[in-house]
Amino acid sequence: MLNGIRNDCAGCPVGLSWKHHPQCRGWSTGSAHEASPFAVATEKVAQTMTIHQSLPPLIDASSVPSDAMVQLITPTGARRQNPVFDPWVASLTPDELRGLYEDMVVVRRTDAEATALQRQGELGLWPPVLGQEAAQIGSGRALRHDDFVFSSYREHGVAYCRGVKPAQVTPVWRGVAASGWNPYDVNMAAPQVIIGAQTLHAVGYAMGVQNDGDDAVAIAYFGDGATSEGDVNEAMVFAASFQAPVIFFCQNNQWAISEPVGLQAQRSIADRAPGFGIPSLRVDGNDVLAVMAATRVALDRARTGGGPTFIEAVTYRMGPHTTADDPTRYRPQGELEEWRAKDPIARFAAFLTEAGILDDAFAAAVAEKADAVAMELRTACIALRDPAALTVFDNVYAEPNSTIDRERDQYTRYLAMFDDGETDAATATAASGTASGAAAATAPGAAPATEGTDR
Amino acid sequence: MTMLDAPVDTQTLTLANAINAGLRRALHDDDKVVLLGEDIGTLGGVYRVTDGLQREFGARRVVDTPLAEAGILGTAVGLAYRGYRPVCEIQFDGFIYPAFDQIVAQVAKLHYRTQGAVRMPITIRVPFGGGIGAAEHHSESPEAYFTHTSGLRVVAVSNPQDAYTMIRQAIASDDPVLYFEPKRRYHQKAPVELDGSLSLTEPMGSARVVVPGDDVTLLAYGPLVQTATDAARAATADGISVEVIDLRSLAPVDYATIEASVRRTGRLVIAHEAGSQGGVGGEIAASVTERCFSYLEHAPVRVTGFDVPYPPSRLEVHHLPGLDRILDGVDRALGRSNSLSELEAGW
Repeated sequence: MLNGIRNDCAGCPVGLSWKHHPQCRGWSTGSAHEASPFAVATEKVAQTMTIHQSLPPLIDASSVPSDAMVQLITPTGARRQNPVFDPWVASLTPDELRGLYEDMVVVRRTDAEATALQRQGELGLWPPVLGQEAAQIGSGRALRHDDFVFSSYREHGVAYCRGVKPAQVTPVWRGVAASGWNPYDVNMAAPQVIIGAQTLHAVGYAMGVQNDGDDAVAIAYFGDGATSEGDVNEAMVFAASFQAPVIFFCQNNQWAISEPVGLQAQRSIADRAPGFGIPSLRVDGNDVLAVMAATRVALDRARTGGGPTFIEAVTYRMGPHTTADDPTRYRPQGELEEWRAKDPIARFAAFLTEAGILDDAFAAAVAEKADAVAMELRTACIALRDPAALTVFDNVYAEPNSTIDRERDQYTRYLAMFDDGETDAATATAASGTASGAAAATAPGAAPATEGTDR
Repeated sequence: MTMLDAPVDTQTLTLANAINAGLRRALHDDDKVVLLGEDIGTLGGVYRVTDGLQREFGARRVVDTPLAEAGILGTAVGLAYRGYRPVCEIQFDGFIYPAFDQIVAQVAKLHYRTQGAVRMPITIRVPFGGGIGAAEHHSESPEAYFTHTSGLRVVAVSNPQDAYTMIRQAIASDDPVLYFEPKRRYHQKAPVELDGSLSLTEPMGSARVVVPGDDVTLLAYGPLVQTATDAARAATADGISVEVIDLRSLAPVDYATIEASVRRTGRLVIAHEAGSQGGVGGEIAASVTERCFSYLEHAPVRVTGFDVPYPPSRLEVHHLPGLDRILDGVDRALGRSNSLSELEAGW
């Protein structure tokens, strides 16, 4: 990058120098413009090393401003004008704006339902999305159907935007299926539990898109914690080197289970990308309009050969990491209240009401729809039965495999030894997510435990 | 076979060149095949296995990647999601560990996790094994980490013909395949039939009887197939008939071929460079014992590298099972005088 020093802000959609263009404060390009302390500092290092052969001066990271953030709607619902990002959401009709509101309300409501299902013993685990609705709906609704999402396990809002049905959400968390949907139906990969691994998959997919001469975009969703993983850093190296049409969408929700973001990054996360040669944006992740504008900018860059963009959506995980977590053990007092005041849905509702786009009747209709979707999720979840025992061997390989064939044959014969056949033996030998320990311990041949057969 | 009666489609190639020919054929036959690796393009690979392929197929299909093994495998996963058939080169056996998570948690599991919706037809080429006087991390045999991982297939080639055929089979497979290349045999030459249709070849999972025999079954794979063959020849001088089987596929294992042999000989020796603990030999010994216990005249015998970190190269002659150590293992299986005779008598 230093060979191509430019006086403009390389990633800026209006092409102005960063320091002459305060509206563009969300952008961070690191090395490209004259204001870059990196370029100057490197020059100093070179001089010092050749002339003085003494202690090299350190690059002073703190001199780079890093906390600026694109925001179009304030926490109280006031619209902030921004000539750079406004045009990217100017085309939204009142119906579309109401749609964003509805999406967020539905996602929050179904998320609450899933949490309740876990508390009632119907799900093994649930990672709530509460608080991150704007980050996920704003970006998810910016995508085209042929774009491809590689997400972590908390992107229920994105999945909803992709067309994942309520009935497809819970099977994995109930433990009855390895996946909830066919990735190619909705162009969203199986959610990733290994932190950050999916960022590389997104880059590889984007390289494939590039080879195909297509203009689809891959988008990787991950959190602040993931930015410490080697995979995410390798993904940025690959994306930059091959100028892959990919978006790194980081939801900085302030916490990686109990670890605050300060343990992952000493500077804003968005500042890391320019060092890889990837322009980045820092956006208010609780502002659905700002997120949509930022995502559209990044999508446009990727579609037109501009390569990767990194978006840091600053948001907050208002719930626990998962239903197994207890945030009261680590969350500072008052922090939740502080963020509740920046709630993504409340602020958007205030903005829409003020603009005359949202009224009580529509809000009531949305609440009713959200209840209906939540009920659909609950009904489908409770209706899920444990899979047949022998499906444990399905799809390990795409082609016939003698190791698996032998084990399947052997277990089939074993199950056949029981009078009641496969179902009872499976219940007696395998502890399902909802069966009690007693059911799991039932001796072969004994009457199956009621909990086991009912689920 | 002499050159006179060789068919026109047969060429004498080194093992490395045979892999190169197989890769070229796969790139030619299927435009979804892409090669990823460090130094595989301009340089043609540190062992020149991919020599000339980037020039022929372009930098988008033969990709010099950044130096990041997890990055190579992780982007291969994304390419497979997109419908490609990536062939990844891990430059040396000892460099595969940074890619371990992507291989065992992603590549191996995605077909299962997506209930068959997403296929991972990824081939991972790994030059492996010692015997070349290399620096540390350049002589390892990490195959057991992968044979232990469900969802992966693992093969090791021993000769130019198999190298050519099996790289094509690995790439054509809809399952991920670890393809281990015996780097100390890269320059071994043999005639290779280049035009064979894949549908006419034996399945990739099959073992092959290299030398027929009656007294002892000797299993080997990769670099030790040649050593085992030499041992069988030497044993003939002592009047011992050794059947040498090239395992070829380490996961799954072709137990039908092994069992048929052991039921005749009653004695089994397994040789590999990797250490014995948790290794391929132990698994086969256990399985053969389970499956044909009553046919066995002696406990299965393993002849392996020691359970030590790969030693400095001036010690590898002791570490690697050579012809004499394999013959000693044959003697043990036969209950003849051997390195353990006194020890066993003492018990």
